[in-house]
Amino acid sequence: MKKSMLLGALTVAGLAAGAASASTLEDVKARGELNCGVNTGLVGFAAPDANNNWQGFDIDICRAVAAAVLGDPDAVKYVPLTGKTRFTALAAGEIDMLSRNTTWTFSRDVDLKFEFVGVNYYDGQGFIAPRELGVTSAKDLDGATVCIQTGTTTELNLADFFRSNSISYEPVPIETNAEALQQLLAGACDVYTTDASGLAASRATFENPGDWVILPEIISKEPLGPLVRHGDNDWGDIVRWTLNALVAAEELGVTSANVAELSNGTDNPEVNRLLGTEGGLGEMLGLDADWAANALAVTGNYGEIFERHIGENTPIGLARGLNAQWTEGGLLYAPPFR
Amino acid sequence: MTTLTDPPQESFRLSMLLNDTRYRSYTFQFIALICLVGFIGWLVSNAAQNLEDLGQDISYQFLGESSGYDINQRPIAYDSQSTHMRAAIVGVLNTLIVAVLGCVTATILGVVAGVLRLSNNWIVSKLMAVYVEAFRNVPVLIWILIIFFIMTASLPGPSAFRGDDPSASMVLDAFAFTNRGVYVPKPLWLDGSMIVVITFLLSIVAMFAYRRYATKLLFDTGRLLPMFWPSVGILFLPTLIMFFLLGRPIGLEYPELRGFNFQGGIQVRGSLIALWFALAIYTGAFIAENVRAGIQAISKGQTEAAASLGLRPNRIMNLVILPQALRVIIPPLISQYLNLTKNSSLAIAVGYMDVTGTLGGITLNQTGRAIEAILLLMLFYLTISLAISAVMNVYNNAVKLKER
Amino acid sequence: MSDKPAHNVAFVRETTLPPSPPPVAETGAIKWMRENLFSSAFNSIMTILGVLAVYQILSLALPWLLNGVWNASSIRDCREILDGATGGCFAVLTERWHQLVFGRYPQDSYWRPTLAFLLMFAAFAPVLFSNLPKKMLIFTGLYPFIAYYLVWGGSVLVPILSLVGFAVGYVVYTRLVDRSFATGFFGGVAAAIAVWYIGGFIINEDSTFLALEQVESRDIGGFMLNLILGVVCLSVSLPLGIVLALGRQSRMPIIKWICVVFIEFIRGVPLITLLFVANVVLAYFLPPGTNFDLILRVMIMITMFAAAYIAEVIRGGLAALPRGQYEAGDSLGLDYSQSMRLIILPQALKISIPGIVNVAVGLFKDTTLVSVISMFDLVGMVRGPILASTDWNGVYWELFGFAALLFFVFCYGISQYSQWLERQLQTDHR
Repeated sequence: MKKSMLLGALTVAGLAAGAASASTLEDVKARGELNCGVNTGLVGFAAPDANNNWQGFDIDICRAVAAAVLGDPDAVKYVPLTGKTRFTALAAGEIDMLSRNTTWTFSRDVDLKFEFVGVNYYDGQGFIAPRELGVTSAKDLDGATVCIQTGTTTELNLADFFRSNSISYEPVPIETNAEALQQLLAGACDVYTTDASGLAASRATFENPGDWVILPEIISKEPLGPLVRHGDNDWGDIVRWTLNALVAAEELGVTSANVAELSNGTDNPEVNRLLGTEGGLGEMLGLDADWAANALAVTGNYGEIFERHIGENTPIGLARGLNAQWTEGGLLYAPPFR
Repeated sequence: MTTLTDPPQESFRLSMLLNDTRYRSYTFQFIALICLVGFIGWLVSNAAQNLEDLGQDISYQFLGESSGYDINQRPIAYDSQSTHMRAAIVGVLNTLIVAVLGCVTATILGVVAGVLRLSNNWIVSKLMAVYVEAFRNVPVLIWILIIFFIMTASLPGPSAFRGDDPSASMVLDAFAFTNRGVYVPKPLWLDGSMIVVITFLLSIVAMFAYRRYATKLLFDTGRLLPMFWPSVGILFLPTLIMFFLLGRPIGLEYPELRGFNFQGGIQVRGSLIALWFALAIYTGAFIAENVRAGIQAISKGQTEAAASLGLRPNRIMNLVILPQALRVIIPPLISQYLNLTKNSSLAIAVGYMDVTGTLGGITLNQTGRAIEAILLLMLFYLTISLAISAVMNVYNNAVKLKER
Repeated sequence: MSDKPAHNVAFVRETTLPPSPPPVAETGAIKWMRENLFSSAFNSIMTILGVLAVYQILSLALPWLLNGVWNASSIRDCREILDGATGGCFAVLTERWHQLVFGRYPQDSYWRPTLAFLLMFAAFAPVLFSNLPKKMLIFTGLYPFIAYYLVWGGSVLVPILSLVGFAVGYVVYTRLVDRSFATGFFGGVAAAIAVWYIGGFIINEDSTFLALEQVESRDIGGFMLNLILGVVCLSVSLPLGIVLALGRQSRMPIIKWICVVFIEFIRGVPLITLLFVANVVLAYFLPPGTNFDLILRVMIMITMFAAAYIAEVIRGGLAALPRGQYEAGDSLGLDYSQSMRLIILPQALKISIPGIVNVAVGLFKDTTLVSVISMFDLVGMVRGPILASTDWNGVYWELFGFAALLFFVFCYGISQYSQWLERQLQTDHR
């Protein structure tokens, strides 16, 4: 490693070559850092603030994994990726996991050989339109100009939706969310379509959010979740169960405030197994016993993460909706820790 | 006295491979070849290994599958059920469209700016200098983005044309400037329109024939025929007569606000305009410099010699200066065209669906076939470049000074 | 009658009249205007149009510039302060300047790239201005190591040992070059590699010696990234371009064709496809598990791109040399490398300098394309984090104007230098 640093000096930038070991977990531990692929900028989900600290819902998943694996939530290198570059970066091993509101689809899972470890946000594609346009349904959009962000599943959904309703439209592909919004605000497109969460996040940044309506149609299912490469199931398990731990913690009432206290042992055996005082689940993953406790202490449970970045008290103001616990009528259902 | 004899025939020794100039070049080439083959082999074996690890393969099957996405600017029929191959062809055509438009506009801008920069008029020459320097020294990507945002921010949306008291109106009832693009009337080809078109093409041939005849007459007999007005007459009169005789077979379809957008006519989209203008203005600044250099390269003696022969200024320009200046101007001009075509790949920044946007953009994203898509993309640009270079070589050989 | 000269003139002037001033229309500003602005009807129309154009532009730009807001925390603040008046919202520049210039570089270390930037002038000066003392070239040689240490940080041993490697290699080369150029060259390379190999162990022993805080190259961004990419790629591509140009002129067919294919291929495709290769394809062609920095991959691609263009410029320079120069070298009994180093290249490079500078300007401008592959250079910063943020969503003119201005200052400076150099070089020809 160090010798290669010297080579790097010669090639100016630092060639971080190293013998690849078979296991991502060992790589991450040896490196002391988790490489996490994130969005280049979507407020609420992943965006650097003025001080260049990454903030957001997807970011906290990276932090939770880093805390679980390395015990340090800040030992994360965030790799901003566009829709185009994200999969190659993951396939090439540039990143260890991708947490970039990526839709779980058959072809990505099977054909592109990735492993989606779960769903951290149930989303769907929607439309936002100015109120003065007088549109109440996406089916009224015959002949409309629609802005889309390229490199995502939204393009395909859009084509399918308009085709199945046999109405015509004019797509305007835009590379970044910010530029698409500019087009929408200037009236260069009638509606903008992306994941409903993204629409809400964007509407929050408008001058007069009340002048904009989000149309009722949700034209696709967009289960967004973190993913890893095929072939390293141990690493996939770690990311999957870190995510599950966040969800389960909310169901079990474990929060960042009480996790330290609960870690001393409780009457609830499942909480004990989750927090590592019982059962030795951490060792099975190849991690410390208090892996989940570490993660929870940093980021809090799923509900806390949600409320902090995209919940109703933030400018983005998303309701839990489908993303509530199954006990509350949502779809979040963590398998048992046993 | 020593007699000059052949050096004794040495038998071949291994060290001669390195020390004897006769053999050394073979050694070097052999080493270079080995290195090259080894390097390529290393890359290929790595790729094979990596692809195997990922469980992928190299295959162009995806080109035959349906693409699933829509493209707004379609020079040929295309919908989301068409194949990726067809999407790539649409992209190629869009690239060619913007490249041709850009080259024509850049040439006009460049020639005007280059000539005006040499003008005696202080203000004009300074303005042109500012134009050239400002555009040459700022990245074209920034210009593309700036023009794109000017378009969307300063032009009205279609909704401004709506209502009883619209805040914007169409120019001449035929052109609509909106932030979605410019709508212009579309010619309608009715029955008999082909005859008019053919008449026009024949008129062009006739005009050149007349001009040749007039020049020949001038050289042979010294008789000067009028040039300009007869040419104009030959060019337009037959076409106009035919047009009215056949009962106006060519009509115009005007754009008209219907629903969300203007319908009918031809829509020149904002992304195309941004790309086209930015490339034209940027490349035009370079062409202006080439034109200026070309004109300045002709020595003043040429002008003076022509003047002393009694030629009038515009004839000096046409017969003496321009033919010589063009020899200097055209090679860099063609390489500017090449640059413009390559720069058109920045279309991706404003969402213009050129071949980088379809094949290298959405198709690549949706299929994940990075190696295949990018190879094809490079092959396309390479073909265009080599074709243009070939044309340039033919031209260079044709105009080369025939030296004795 | 009266055709006789009059002899009886009553008065003859004995002193010459003082010259009367030229007519008003032939002096000063009026004459200048008549000649330069209103010499003909067409010219007058052009002048009036020109003045109108300037007025239009200024009347739009000046209020926007002068009335700008420099102190606000968001675009809403800006609009409130302006209260409907025309004016730019330059507060975005004051608030986000560090992102625009340095990207995500650690804030307390800004002095490091700044110092490296200032030292760059000292390093380039002896190359750019030939009348400076040649001793300064030593600093130019040291500069890459200093700059690497300053910008990327880490242990000071890394740059020092790599420098030592180069020094040892050079010494070995000068010792052996008498025997033959090839022996010297390969001997030097071998010695350098040996030193680096041993050096690797030393660094492993103590990696914190005089260490500056290490900065990830992913954190390097903003205009700094454009500058680094431009400077590094150009410096590396120059020797590479010379080699390619010589190779293309070579009499050995295989070497010639390798160079021709490389140059024509690179020049035939847009830079952006090469960047795509760096970004999404290159990883497939490296040994499994290797992981290059994105910035390094991009540097390799831009260097190859620039080298192909520079090779063509230098080929032009080589072709412009009279054949006699080559023959003179041969007749002195110099071998290929000697005649190239001592006779051909010094002259060919001198002719090529303006062309090389043009390539340099083009290359520097092209570094903005990295924003398309999600690197946060100046344009990437503007399009990404800044415009995406809630606070500054919609501030386009100010940001792109700033970016354009920065590039203009640098590129115009370089092209002015190139013109100065052309004039310098012209004097000794005529």
